Amino acid sequence: MEYHIELPLTREKAAPLKAGDRVYLNGIIYTARDAAHQRLAALLDRGEPLPFSPEDSVIYYVGPTPAAPGAIIGSAGPTTSYRMDAYAPRLLSLGLRGMIGKGKRSKEVIDAMQNAGAVYFGAIGGAGALLAQCILEAELIAFEDLGAEAIRRLTVKDFPVVVVIDSGGNNLYEQGRRSYLLHRL
Amino acid sequence: MRIVKAALLTEAVKRLCIGANRNLPPDVRECIRNFRLKETWPVAQDVLDKIIGNFELAGEKQVPICQDTGMACVFLELGSDVHIEGDLNAAINEGVRQGYQEGYLRKSVVGDPLKRINTGDNTPAMISIDFVNGDSITITVAPKGFGSENMSRIKMLRPSDGVEGVIDFVVSAVEEAGPNPCPPIVAGVGIGGTFDKAALIAKKALLRPLGTHNADPYYADLENKLLEKINALGIGPQGFGGYTTALSVAVETLPTHIAGLPCAVNINCHVCRHAREIL
Repeated sequence: MEYHIELPLTREKAAPLKAGDRVYLNGIIYTARDAAHQRLAALLDRGEPLPFSPEDSVIYYVGPTPAAPGAIIGSAGPTTSYRMDAYAPRLLSLGLRGMIGKGKRSKEVIDAMQNAGAVYFGAIGGAGALLAQCILEAELIAFEDLGAEAIRRLTVKDFPVVVVIDSGGNNLYEQGRRSYLLHRL
Repeated sequence: MRIVKAALLTEAVKRLCIGANRNLPPDVRECIRNFRLKETWPVAQDVLDKIIGNFELAGEKQVPICQDTGMACVFLELGSDVHIEGDLNAAINEGVRQGYQEGYLRKSVVGDPLKRINTGDNTPAMISIDFVNGDSITITVAPKGFGSENMSRIKMLRPSDGVEGVIDFVVSAVEEAGPNPCPPIVAGVGIGGTFDKAALIAKKALLRPLGTHNADPYYADLENKLLEKINALGIGPQGFGGYTTALSVAVETLPTHIAGLPCAVNINCHVCRHAREIL
């Protein structure tokens, strides 16, 4: 199936999405990768507010290249997600509804996603130039000192992703490989 | 004795850092296009089309192909009849500093592995130098992203593990990596030497033009066998399933000790960047 989704990503909008579906996201997403996640966790430990509300939000695991003069953002493809696995369940428990990255997730994350009705989207790794074309606005909102790892609010239009793990725990990495191998027989 | 000013190296490294990050080498482009023609699985065809669209766009607009513009791996072949006037390491690092700044490339290097403060200029470069005959300097810059670097593996096999042990290790490393290193991948395999040298030749194997083989027919055959086995895994582009899991496997070897069989697999994503200049 193919979906065009207006963000925020409510539980109702996330529910019908199944592993393998193509989705085009429209609206606001937030960037955060390794160091930013560590800081978000530290804020939560201290009981301080986060720079954005995780409720119904989508986090994009990306560290873009610097914007050249006249550009909104540089290249902006996904980074490997497993490095954020230690932090993701906590954010999911606060209502985070979507994550965009690439690569496998831990069992703990997948379990937490099922509880939260959340979806893990894959964007094409390495295709940073292409994906940047779907970003209309980029605003730095926290941790400026982290440079590429700072948190940015992105406005995206028809940002192309694939549902890799859906809120029922179905996993495209397993299903896609299995169906291809069966087709080869 | 030819005298070369270190500043010339700086200029070359700067150009190479920028160029390598924007322009995928022709052999890699051709290889990806060839696999696209062979690929029969629709999801995989779609991903390969987007990958091709991305490197074409990056080349036209002269922007980085990938946001992970890597750690700058710099390989020098330094002629024994060349004298470099100035500080060689400083000149290379200055080239990286200028290239990453002027090319709007991402600075992804931390100065200490545990304290993790970004150096802000993508230095230091990872430099390796080979001394060769003659009076020229060949500089290769290979920006290495860590999505794939993190999935690389080394194992000290036993001599009795033999070629089957090597095949099992390489194929299982790629299988375990799965979607993480942005397949289709290129695998550099280093067999022999010592623990450290096996890893170094595995990395150097990634510099070899795709579609070329080890000069020894035995190892050329091993490369084909490894590629075939990896592409039978069904992981496919981005791990969504398909034939094209790897574009190429390049094996390099070194003599080794009677007691050992070191084997390293350095994994690269489809953005297999390297650019070269001869001074």
